Amino acid sequence: MELLSLKSTNRKIWLERVFRRTLLSQAIFFVVLLLAIGVTLVMHSLPSIKALGFGFVYGKDWDPVSDEYGALPFLIGTLITSFLALLISVPFSLAIGLFLGEYFPKGPVSAVVKNMFELLAGIPSVIYGFWGIFVLVPIMRDIEMKAHVPPVGVGILTASLILSIMVMPYSASLIRQVITMVPSNLKEAAYSLGATKFEVIRKVVLPNIRSGLFAGVLLSLGRALGETMAVTMLIGNTHIIPTGIFSTGNTMASVIANEFTEATGDVYFSTLIEMGLLLFIVTTIINMIGRRIIKRFSNG
Amino acid sequence: MDKALRFRNFKSLFFKGLVIALTALATVPLLLILFYIFRQGISAISWSFLTDLPKPVGETGGGVFNALIGTLLIILIAAILAIPFGISIAVYLKENPKTKIAYWTSLCVDVLQGIPSIVIGIVIYLWVVKPMGGFSAVSGSIALAFMMLPSIIRSAEETLKLIPESLKEASLALGVPYYRTMLRVILPAGLSGIMNGVILGVARIAGETAPLLFTAFGNPFTNYNLMKPMETLPHIIFNYATSPYEDWHRLAWGASFVLISFILVLNILTKIAERKWKVQF
Repeated sequence: MELLSLKSTNRKIWLERVFRRTLLSQAIFFVVLLLAIGVTLVMHSLPSIKALGFGFVYGKDWDPVSDEYGALPFLIGTLITSFLALLISVPFSLAIGLFLGEYFPKGPVSAVVKNMFELLAGIPSVIYGFWGIFVLVPIMRDIEMKAHVPPVGVGILTASLILSIMVMPYSASLIRQVITMVPSNLKEAAYSLGATKFEVIRKVVLPNIRSGLFAGVLLSLGRALGETMAVTMLIGNTHIIPTGIFSTGNTMASVIANEFTEATGDVYFSTLIEMGLLLFIVTTIINMIGRRIIKRFSNG
Repeated sequence: MDKALRFRNFKSLFFKGLVIALTALATVPLLLILFYIFRQGISAISWSFLTDLPKPVGETGGGVFNALIGTLLIILIAAILAIPFGISIAVYLKENPKTKIAYWTSLCVDVLQGIPSIVIGIVIYLWVVKPMGGFSAVSGSIALAFMMLPSIIRSAEETLKLIPESLKEASLALGVPYYRTMLRVILPAGLSGIMNGVILGVARIAGETAPLLFTAFGNPFTNYNLMKPMETLPHIIFNYATSPYEDWHRLAWGASFVLISFILVLNILTKIAERKWKVQF
């Protein structure tokens, strides 16, 4: 009897150790997987890095048929669409953040608005693109007719508009989050001195959340840079450096989406992976900085 | 009231009006998108839409049965891959919050959340599709499993943190081994929060298209073989939306309607779960 219970105790201890080790190994495996993602991207970019060097980044011509791989048009396309999208969406997301964080923090109005933006955030990218093709593009054509530019409909501005709608809920929720973290005694002190709501927002809330605001916008930039489907469907996919906001263009993500499965030849294939690597590095850096700032906010 | 005070009050009111107006304006795209998809989608939906295969160009009718089955199968496999992995990482993070490995794991969760989905697609192509010699549904599932991991890990971790330490201690004091305490006491207590994370994760991956372009690829026929290419709803929307054929657009609107409804239902489910089975102690 005694022997038996000893045996079962031993078994339990053994099982316990196995359990803890399993958890630990899963966590380590996860970290290794993430590292492996980076290593894989670097390894498979090597042929392109070796063949092209820095010419890849500042080369202006992309012509796989004659072995010319300059990614500058896509770099510029990615940057312009993302920044334009942020420029359009930031005033709105700041307003939504203030609406939910300051003016209507509770109650049915806030619940409805919050749910609506959550829904907006849940719509898949491809559906935004689809809707853009059939609703936004005709509107843009009309605008372009009036502005006396070739009415193609698709282009940098169209893609940026869709992008701005897509990142708005995300940045709004981050901004709301930092706004609600402003200590209420600071605001109450200002109110007791006779400040109006606007003055409290301008002189107490906004100065307090400056870095949080920056982090929110930065994280949305990370989102916008890697957004693929909607942009691919609306930007026109031309391999040129965009000449204006109505011009067509291409982004890194949409070039990958369009050409990855058709890329023949080691260098061509590898250049697309190198673009993926660039996206990976940039979004990872942006994310780490942004998250760190937001975390400092929620702790302090 | 003197003039300066009135002006300050006016400014405050004006700003409030501006904030409300901008917020209202920002909801317009959502209403427009939903309106369009419901109007165009409902007319496309019929029994044969859900049970037939897409017809070739020129023939009217047809459905998206292959994409429907494909999306469900690929999501199912992705969930089976991601849920146990995600939950054990969450348990590790909650139980060992101060270790170096926990720090790196947590950092990696943040990084993974920010990686563009198309980059995940490239990596899974290199890891799975290339060695296997061809596109396959299972590679799509692996890519989507990566995409849903962060939301599972984060919400499971947050939920587990809410469960009081005393519950665990009580179980351990009764002589229940650690692993049984975790599996039989702590995880069931946090089930609702964990489920919530899983549903959110599914909602996030249901519409993912970019990583599927290089993995599940698409297939004009119904396919149940996970080692072969498979059609999915987001992919069929992408292909048909960018095609020049009226009839294919109709199918794409219908597919969008089905996809949006699916995501809507998942969102409502998480709301109900949040309200009903909130972890309370």
